[in-house]
Amino acid sequence: MESRIVNINNRADIRIYEGGSGPDLFFLHGAGGLLQDDPFLVELMKHYRVCAPLLPGYEDSECEHLRDMLDFTLHSFDVLEHLKLTKPLLVGHSMGGMIAAEMAAVAPNEVEKLALICPAGIWSDDYPIPDLFALLPYELPGLLFHDAEKNGQLMSAGGDFNDPVFLTEFLVGNARRMGSAGKILFPIPDRGLSDRSYRIKAKTEIIWGAQDKLIDPHYGELFNQAIADSNLTLIQEAGHMLPYEQTEQVLGVLSRF
Amino acid sequence: MKFTFFNLMPWPYLPDDFRKKYRSVWVDIPSTLYDPVKGHTVYNDYLDTLEYAEEVGFDGIGVNEHHANAYGMMPSPNIMAATLARNTKKAAVVVLGNSIALYNPPVRVAEEFAMLDVISGGRLIAGFPVGTSMDTNYAYGQVPALTREKYTEAHELIIKAWKEQEPFAFNGRYNKLRHVNCWPKPVQNPPPIYIPGGGSLETYDFCIENDYVYCYLSFSGFIRAKKLMDGYWQRVEEAGKDPSPYRGGFAQTIIVAETDEEAEKEYREYVDYFYNRCLHVYPGFADAPGYRTIKTLQANVTEQMTQNANVSKMSWQELIDQGYVIAGSPDTVVEQMTRLATTLNVANIFCLIHIGNMPKDKCMRSAKLFAEEVIPKLRNVFPDFADDDRFWINPIEHVSEATVEEAN
Repeated sequence: MESRIVNINNRADIRIYEGGSGPDLFFLHGAGGLLQDDPFLVELMKHYRVCAPLLPGYEDSECEHLRDMLDFTLHSFDVLEHLKLTKPLLVGHSMGGMIAAEMAAVAPNEVEKLALICPAGIWSDDYPIPDLFALLPYELPGLLFHDAEKNGQLMSAGGDFNDPVFLTEFLVGNARRMGSAGKILFPIPDRGLSDRSYRIKAKTEIIWGAQDKLIDPHYGELFNQAIADSNLTLIQEAGHMLPYEQTEQVLGVLSRF
Repeated sequence: MKFTFFNLMPWPYLPDDFRKKYRSVWVDIPSTLYDPVKGHTVYNDYLDTLEYAEEVGFDGIGVNEHHANAYGMMPSPNIMAATLARNTKKAAVVVLGNSIALYNPPVRVAEEFAMLDVISGGRLIAGFPVGTSMDTNYAYGQVPALTREKYTEAHELIIKAWKEQEPFAFNGRYNKLRHVNCWPKPVQNPPPIYIPGGGSLETYDFCIENDYVYCYLSFSGFIRAKKLMDGYWQRVEEAGKDPSPYRGGFAQTIIVAETDEEAEKEYREYVDYFYNRCLHVYPGFADAPGYRTIKTLQANVTEQMTQNANVSKMSWQELIDQGYVIAGSPDTVVEQMTRLATTLNVANIFCLIHIGNMPKDKCMRSAKLFAEEVIPKLRNVFPDFADDDRFWINPIEHVSEATVEEAN
């Protein structure tokens, strides 16, 4: 997959994955980052011109200036502007959905089409979200996938944890990624979105895996209530990683725009 | 050398099947395991051991801060230090320390440490830890990747609050204060500052730049600590500072009995309790991603992963040979302590003499033997730095009239 590093306002060096043709689509990844040759992006690129920036801390994207939700939100607008994208279809998965929803709330006239795939950003005491930061690597597939046996291997790059070089690389990479994600997700993934969601004007498709064990599908209803012009689609046989487990169905929802 | 008696204040009633039944001694341990009525005796026994340590001749008595755990029950070390400040007269009150990124605003630390220093008559040693990830991130909710930045700002604010003679405004990223005005001011301004570190390079440099004491608080003994302390001394040399062993501190589990055999027979069970129950931390709580800097991770990640060997399976002799525990007759302990001090070039020893569920009388017996039979033989391990008192307390009776007046 094609990618390049772009410098944003002399503050950030960001890797952007891009490709495909069709309407513009701006994709914000979840806390795990993109997968190798990300299969979801590959499919998106068959229908859209896709730009998918990696947040600072992911692969070689760097920026020392992001600390809070507003920083992440404005940073994403900076990237959008740098890429000269005007009102693309804004798609965010999980943490990326949280950022996308914030963008739509902060600048409601700039975001017209919004797709939130099991986004973070709202907290309900009745449905506590497991602490992603206290999980061990082997616990992740079971929480993230509906069919962990079939799809769990998507996450392991085939490395050997007994190899100290691989282990160091993995832990450093994980510390960079999750250290960055922690700025908006730790310890509770709620930075006040529900106070601002009334401002969202975008036509919004909310898409949830019916078997999501990380962020319960109940949150789909909360998002649906929180956003005025929204529609919730529940997809069966899909967990939190539904873009990878039910790619075609997610694309089907996106085609409504 | 300077010897500080430490009591970590563990909860001594964790069940025998604790390891099997519960995943962690920290963060999510059920508080049904705590009993406040027993806790009353436990706290008072522990405070007794600390006061007793002064009586038998330790230079300092030490407390520290932890949260949501049965490993060390001092969420507020300053409360412990306050009682010690009143009930002791000579010993340094070593608070190791206040996790300054957790206080809002950190002026609170400047104030409370000043109170302790004034009450004790200038006997405070002020520790500024970042705090373990279990405490700082998981129990107290600090964002891991921002904790160090917040810590750095808190440090700057506290030092300034002590030093400035006039109220000032502080426009920090995490602290916006229009009127910083620290009342009271400490007797020692500043008190000696000790920084617990775990091998992070940034902490080495921070200590060296400010002439703070770098303290390695490991439980895996001095042999495994050598590489880490060597790294510190190398940075000290590169910075052109003198290699005074008083720039370094080390925590060591120590048991003294009449004979080597008695040490094992009488104390082994408390060592097992400590390593098997008090250090039973769920790996998911050990190190929140972002808590350590990338530079530190790259330098020594695998080393840190392998530090906690399976102590439960070690024989007594292995524990001693590998330096986890220094134990035996006074002569044996003198010999091993000398090796520790010279191996690490460290003159401040935090003596973990209370261990696990050790009862008060046994703790006191070991403390007395250490103070009377061991300490006198270790006083001159570093003759070149015999007069180096830069890193120790300077109580009121040692302060000249002129200095007091100047401070006024």
